[in-house]
Amino acid sequence: MKRLLAICLFGFAALAHADEVKVAVAANFTAPMQKIAAEFEKASGHKAVVATGSTGAFYAQIKNGAPFEVFLAADDETPAKLESEGFAAKGSRFTYAVGKLVLWSSKPGFVDADGNVLKKGAFERLALANPKTAPYGAAAIEALKKLGLHEGVQAKLVQGETITQAYQFVASGNADLGFVALSLIWKDGAIASGSAWVLPADLYSPIRQDAVLLSKGAAQPAAQALMQFLKGEAARAIIKSYGYAL
Amino acid sequence: MPFLDAQDWAAVWLTLQLATTVTILLLIVGTPIAWWLAHTRSRLRGIVSALVAMPLVLPPTVLGFYLLLLMGPNGPIGQLTQALGIGLLPFSFGGLVIASTFYSMPFVVQPVQNAIEAIGPRPLEVAATLRASPWDTFWTVVVPLARPGFLTAAILGFAHTVGEFGVVLMIGGNIPGVTRVISVQIFDRVEAMEYAQAHWLAGGMVAFSFTVLLLLYTLNPQARRSRAHG
Repeated sequence: MKRLLAICLFGFAALAHADEVKVAVAANFTAPMQKIAAEFEKASGHKAVVATGSTGAFYAQIKNGAPFEVFLAADDETPAKLESEGFAAKGSRFTYAVGKLVLWSSKPGFVDADGNVLKKGAFERLALANPKTAPYGAAAIEALKKLGLHEGVQAKLVQGETITQAYQFVASGNADLGFVALSLIWKDGAIASGSAWVLPADLYSPIRQDAVLLSKGAAQPAAQALMQFLKGEAARAIIKSYGYAL
Repeated sequence: MPFLDAQDWAAVWLTLQLATTVTILLLIVGTPIAWWLAHTRSRLRGIVSALVAMPLVLPPTVLGFYLLLLMGPNGPIGQLTQALGIGLLPFSFGGLVIASTFYSMPFVVQPVQNAIEAIGPRPLEVAATLRASPWDTFWTVVVPLARPGFLTAAILGFAHTVGEFGVVLMIGGNIPGVTRVISVQIFDRVEAMEYAQAHWLAGGMVAFSFTVLLLLYTLNPQARRSRAHG
């Protein structure tokens, strides 16, 4: 299969120096990455194959021989861990996005601009990502503790395995509201639907999302090109348009 | 090496409760369906058989996703349960029981149906000529003769519910003691890179599954003839 691919790619190589890079991408970054991949392909002639999933699952897969060359994690710990364990190129790590946490409901007017809905407690279910495994979930718990509401809402918490699953619980109305990534509900500079409260940055530690060049891609031009592209203006503009800080 | 902690044991206990409830419920609900499928000549037979067997081929995520929508506040089941004052089913033990009942249905219905079909019409006719009521016939003729089928059904229904993951993941919400079953707990341990504890639970599941199937095939050699196609 690989050989066949190589032969196919060799055919295109005459046109552009085409190469394929396989990227593992954290679930919350799915939409921006698809846009970035398209721009990257236009600009470089390389092809980017995007796989999305949870950071913890990718970690296990990468350590067990998954064929990814670049990893865009949802945190900064996992890439550091992979680097120290010899699965990533030394010194290639950088923060490609800083996530913002929002309290969101699919119902318009349900969440007020100051998040007082949390204090009032007039809701049945509060969704969040698993705090043990997902950075956005850990940030949500941190914020609840700072607000002094953690004990009070404990019985109402429902966990999604990834931030996108927490989003799905809220979007389907099964949870009245939930903590999600701003990137999931942000479109063209505004909240796309429902109502939301963007949490002040002092309520939780910054959600730094790091990218890392994996050992499999260390010597691969397409993988190196993608890492460069992510730092460039075109990619940064896309990342910002999805509500991430940089 | 850390052994199972309180959270793990809570997941084990919850899973056993869920599997027991679902198995009992499935024997009650599945037997009439199996009986009907074994005897009917209705044109609906094919449709009902297909519906019962669907969880065998559908990805659990599909089942979980649709159950989440159907049982949600905007879905028909969700609106019914709210109107009845039960509230919403997702993220509750009751919701898991209902989802698992659908999910494990073929593993109970098919062995029972096969066992009933294997009895054939003759013993039932004899019982009828001896003036046994249908209810009597069921308990004194069908159940004893189809016993291996019921045993297979109970064991497979139980084991399959214990092994459930995708459906629970979609509608469970991972609440400790309510919806966090063993498979979800293992997934969490792996995600959190706590591999030692993941191994205890995952290894336990391998041992459990093997033991259950070994019991099934040694205690109940006829199971081979009446097992589900799963």
